Amino acid sequence: MQLSINGETYAVEELDVRTSLLDLLRERLGLTGSKKGCDHGQCGACTVLVNGRRINSCLTLAVMHEGDEITTIEGLGTPEALHPLQAAFVKHDGYQCGYCTPGQICSAVGMLDEVRRGWASHVTDDVADAPQLDDAEIRERMSGNICRCSAYPNIVDAIREVAQA
Amino acid sequence: MTETVSLTMDEPVAHSLLDEDAQGVIGRPLNRIDGPLKVAGKATYAAEYQLDNLAHGFLIGAKFGRGRVTRIDAEQARTMPGVIDVFWDFDHFIRNPQQGGQKSKPVQGVRDVQYFGEPIAIAVAETFEQARAAAHAVKVEWIEEPGLFDFDGRLDEAVTPPEGATEPYACKGDIDAAMAQAAVTVDAVWTTPSQNSAAMEMHASIASWDDEGNLTVHGSYQMPASDRQQLADALSLPPEKVRIVSRYVGGGFGSKLGIAPESVASALAAKAIGRPVKTVMARQQVFDATVRRSNTRQRIRLGATAQGKLLAIGHETIGSNLPEEDFFEPAGIATQFLYAGDARRITHDNVPMNRLLSGSMRAPGEAAGMLALECAMDELAEALKLDPVAFRKLNEPEADPQKEQPFSSRRLVECYDDAAAKFGWEQRNRTPGGLRQGEWLVGHGMAASARSNKLQPSKARVAVEADGRVVVETDMTDIGTGTYTILAQIAGELLGQPLTHVEVRLGDNRYPPGAGSGGSFGAGSSGTSVYVACQSLRERIAAKLGVAADGVTFKDGLVIAENRTTPLGEIAGGMEVIGEIEPGKMDEDVTQASYGAHFCEVHVNAHTGEMRVKRWVSSFAAGRILNEKTARSQCIGGIVFGIGAALTEEAVHDWRNGKIVNRDLAEYHVPAHADVPHIEVTFLPERDVHANPMQAKGIGELGISGAGAAVVNAIYNATGIRVRDYPVTLDKLLAGLPA
Repeated sequence: MQLSINGETYAVEELDVRTSLLDLLRERLGLTGSKKGCDHGQCGACTVLVNGRRINSCLTLAVMHEGDEITTIEGLGTPEALHPLQAAFVKHDGYQCGYCTPGQICSAVGMLDEVRRGWASHVTDDVADAPQLDDAEIRERMSGNICRCSAYPNIVDAIREVAQA
Repeated sequence: MTETVSLTMDEPVAHSLLDEDAQGVIGRPLNRIDGPLKVAGKATYAAEYQLDNLAHGFLIGAKFGRGRVTRIDAEQARTMPGVIDVFWDFDHFIRNPQQGGQKSKPVQGVRDVQYFGEPIAIAVAETFEQARAAAHAVKVEWIEEPGLFDFDGRLDEAVTPPEGATEPYACKGDIDAAMAQAAVTVDAVWTTPSQNSAAMEMHASIASWDDEGNLTVHGSYQMPASDRQQLADALSLPPEKVRIVSRYVGGGFGSKLGIAPESVASALAAKAIGRPVKTVMARQQVFDATVRRSNTRQRIRLGATAQGKLLAIGHETIGSNLPEEDFFEPAGIATQFLYAGDARRITHDNVPMNRLLSGSMRAPGEAAGMLALECAMDELAEALKLDPVAFRKLNEPEADPQKEQPFSSRRLVECYDDAAAKFGWEQRNRTPGGLRQGEWLVGHGMAASARSNKLQPSKARVAVEADGRVVVETDMTDIGTGTYTILAQIAGELLGQPLTHVEVRLGDNRYPPGAGSGGSFGAGSSGTSVYVACQSLRERIAAKLGVAADGVTFKDGLVIAENRTTPLGEIAGGMEVIGEIEPGKMDEDVTQASYGAHFCEVHVNAHTGEMRVKRWVSSFAAGRILNEKTARSQCIGGIVFGIGAALTEEAVHDWRNGKIVNRDLAEYHVPAHADVPHIEVTFLPERDVHANPMQAKGIGELGISGAGAAVVNAIYNATGIRVRDYPVTLDKLLAGLPA
């Protein structure tokens, strides 16, 4: 089958149907930026974008994604040319060990798009109005991404800065 | 042979070269130099090395809590697609991880099962999916034996562990007499549950052997120098035949101090099949079979005069560990020196239990102990009708009250004042249960923070290249602590180079052995080894220039002496020195600790008991701060760990077999984004001349110490309900809420 990842086409042969999208990225394609923290959709470290929407790549089978546009952390930016969110995470120290970080950043990219589309969250006062991205909204919408080093306040600072830019 | 220059910390170092501040990089809130790699997904963690011909391992754990394996039937599993083999080695698999810093192997041998989930075999296959399926297909037979699963009913079986890093018993005076004499007392029991470090990266090893029988393990380890010795001992190899590589570690918090079961299992399997084997523990296996913080039962006795002077301090802790394991949770460690009071009784005992190993989790001792002590102080302050800050100040000791020796530096009172002012403590709610905003009860609480500071032996090589670039090498790790960056700042400051011209290489036994990351000693120890090497290089350069060492300025890649300016690379290119630090008399003759004060506001829903931490202010004094940005992050991280300990974290053991029943991140609740408010952290200026030549103390565990108690004191202030059984979940409040 063929997969489109970060704008490149990958031909994958003899794919075990049990292979999660995450394990395909990490174990077959060498794209280890997406992290495995629980393999059960509980931590968010594996978050990638599929057709622009954030998903836990450990909870979806690779064989389901032929024809999808998959974006991983490697597709957002490089160390030499960082995506604005990646740069903001560096500036605000929105990480420590760095293991949840790719998932946090991919999740933030997807989350900001959800807000632009007017999606409400649990803490949105009036679901009929366009949501205002205050800190409570950022925290609520990012709560699927655990950071055990607990860089949470710094991550919120980074996302707020990019959202307001 | 590179020369080693050694410093033993026997004397205070009054003048730190870092204060010359020519380059101006030390202390500044600089971005992490490894940051771009981390945010781009290009930092390589243990399981991410791409080795040729790699096979995948999956551990198989015992599904019973105590007994003996009688048979392993892998016949069917071996026939499954892609399966290479299923291995077990009842003599050499390690029963449990080793504690941090130990130089020998942990207990070996797994036929005799001591806890649920003990790894007894490993399935190895071409792919992860095949290995996992094979592991599930392996049939294990066993004879179950009666196990030690009850804690509360077996307190009388507690035994006193041998003296470790901390003495289990520290007593002075007659506490019973002092309590009888006291006008106001608190005598109560606090309990804390087992906890899991829950680092985001699961334990992982890739083991590979070369043709000469040398083993390389790319592993997720905090202390490669001692981990190498442990692994070599477990495999009966000389240490020089083992190399551990841990360049990036996805969090540890104590759980990766010593080698864990996947390392030995991978190494044995790799040897058997002649291919590299990668084993990543599943999240559930991390809960089952790595290490936990012990549950504790802590009796605190405090007795004071009517004016609030402490006469008696008792802190008696009973924890638990596997039979014959010596580690104990030193919950009373800060109680030894935090407050004055003549009669003192601080004890630790362990109930032997068939639960997974107890070991170090972030701030072993203070993290659990201050949850009890700082709430007891709050209770006694209330009984005395004193402001909890004023009560603590009344009992601020001039010297270590237990050991009767000076403090190295201690700005705890200034921390109280600074944080209280920033928080607005004067405007706090003074009537428990008396402040309500709609359906939310509002409370304010505070607690002290203290964490012992110490040095560990550590070495680093510092070399100057011909173009003036500085290279630092040590097998010290950066587990999120900022080590890459602060070591670059130290070397850059002392040799006069911006961080772009300093390269730091960590986490590989090919480099000189470092202290490793643990016990808040990493920065002080490994940083000093870099300092010592740089100091020696400065002296050599001065000698080469024919001037006194203090007559040379190092800045922007230039060496300036007596109006002569020479590029660093020109004068020092090719020079290299190994710096070494050894702890000395300063660790014994003075009491060293970092201090702080936490203040927080917590809202409690009057109907549901839901608790929300809304505001947080902490001030700390920890000697020189090497990088204000990464230091602040460390403190925030510790504080949030404390919020988790206060409100949500509890590893629940099945009373029938000791198994942790909530063994994943959906059921073991660590704080998430929505649980954490803005956190204001301030560092008070301080230098500690006794700690090390950098005059810096540890901060990695300072934030957690006392933090959870501040939350619980605020919950009391909001509701008037004292809960002494952690975590304070809403079910424990419901009966007492006004609603």
